[in-house]
Amino acid sequence: MSGGKHALADWTTGAEAIVYQACTPCGARQYFRRSFCVSCGAPDPVEKRASGAGTVYATSLVCRAATPETRAHVPYNIVLVDTVEGFRMMAHGDNDLAIGDKVTARFAQFAGRLVPYFARATS
Amino acid sequence: MSFITGVGLTAYGRHEGSSTLDLMSKAASLAIADAGLKRSDIDGILCGYSTVAPHIMLATVFAEHFGIRPAYAHAVQVGGATGLAMTMLAHHLVESKVVRHVLVVSGENRLTGQSRDASILALAQVGHPDYEVPLGPTIPAYYGLVASRYMHEYGVTETDLAEFAVLMRSHALTHPGAQFHDPITVADVMASKPVALPLKLLDCCPVSDGGAAFIVSRERTGEIGVRVLGCAQAHTHQHVTAAPALSELGAEIAIARAKEAAGVAISDVRYAAVYDSFTITLAMLLEDLGLAGRGEAASRVRSGYFSRDGEMPLNTHGGLLSYGHCGVGGAMAHLVETHLQMTGRAGNRQVRDASIALLHGDGGVLSSHVSMFLERVR
Repeated sequence: MSGGKHALADWTTGAEAIVYQACTPCGARQYFRRSFCVSCGAPDPVEKRASGAGTVYATSLVCRAATPETRAHVPYNIVLVDTVEGFRMMAHGDNDLAIGDKVTARFAQFAGRLVPYFARATS
Repeated sequence: MSFITGVGLTAYGRHEGSSTLDLMSKAASLAIADAGLKRSDIDGILCGYSTVAPHIMLATVFAEHFGIRPAYAHAVQVGGATGLAMTMLAHHLVESKVVRHVLVVSGENRLTGQSRDASILALAQVGHPDYEVPLGPTIPAYYGLVASRYMHEYGVTETDLAEFAVLMRSHALTHPGAQFHDPITVADVMASKPVALPLKLLDCCPVSDGGAAFIVSRERTGEIGVRVLGCAQAHTHQHVTAAPALSELGAEIAIARAKEAAGVAISDVRYAAVYDSFTITLAMLLEDLGLAGRGEAASRVRSGYFSRDGEMPLNTHGGLLSYGHCGVGGAMAHLVETHLQMTGRAGNRQVRDASIALLHGDGGVLSSHVSMFLERVR
């Protein structure tokens, strides 16, 4: 991972946070960490913590897993969520989530790792 | 100008005891003989990859094993689009007079050479190592995500998707080399085990052993020529998380470029060979390519439009879904079948008219696309 020395910790390194990057010159948002903006190429996009709020874009309930560690969790729901901050991310979620549902993130243990987990927003 | 002058294809399924190189050699021998050439005529080799026997220089490993000292050789890797990407490169190589006869070859003992779990796990690594793979997605799950969104946007149902599995199986029934020869119904697909919903077992292609090859030449070697009219690629992203909107996927970009390169329209096409790793892949690609309106591909299957005797025969060998999928060779079987149809050698599967064919390959998760038009010349 190439986050630079000021990288904020996030779930990919075991911290309970979702982090994205924002480009100061062009305003683009990106989820996959890079040392530059993928839209305009400007260096050092600013790292920010996401609120965890978003909308379900797609879902797939995994019923057949490929490793003993992940098989212990089936069925588990893989979701794509469009965050309110404007980037898309992959995560886990409640098995009954539907496209368009407003959701909020918490964190769960999965196959020995911490992963983001979305449930329907209570509002 | 370039021509597909010979094709070779093994049966797909179990080839117990056959290695990657064995399957590549078998297919290559068949293709060279089919073109009426000797192995010493081959001066270029392009090959795919093998997940069972990964090697940093597979093309020259194969060349040494097979007994060829080519003037040009290397491997190509764009997932399921590799076969058509190699054909596109071979087309340009012979057109620009770098070589005369390119052997395009791939094979893999993906079914018997490793466990199914190992195969699924190896393929799942196309996910992002930090942001996707830790979540435990599988290839069917990546396509399941795409399917859920496509079904949501265009009103496609699981029953609609099942039609594609049934169609491919009905075609495989007539090909002795296909992996599956038991007829299936929509009800069978709907009742098959859930894999990554909305995709069920019979929505997914199998893992197979097999090999496929063809020769791309500067001049035709037989009476009937199969000419590459034009081809093009599009690569929009790698990871599902970074995929563009459904309306901006690469198939539409690739087909637009290929139509321009070939100077043909979809209405000119008489035979279609379209990548079908999952039922959703085939449904989406048919609609992206303009072979059916949005959300209408399934109804065209039901009306017989894509059947052997329909207006647009599609994957008459049974496709990845039922002929089988041995990795790079999987989609190369589509081209082999297209060649047999265009040259009138498809036997009991022969369609009335395959004078102009459209082929489309997809690699990754609808991320890498190659479209190609072939024309029969006498």
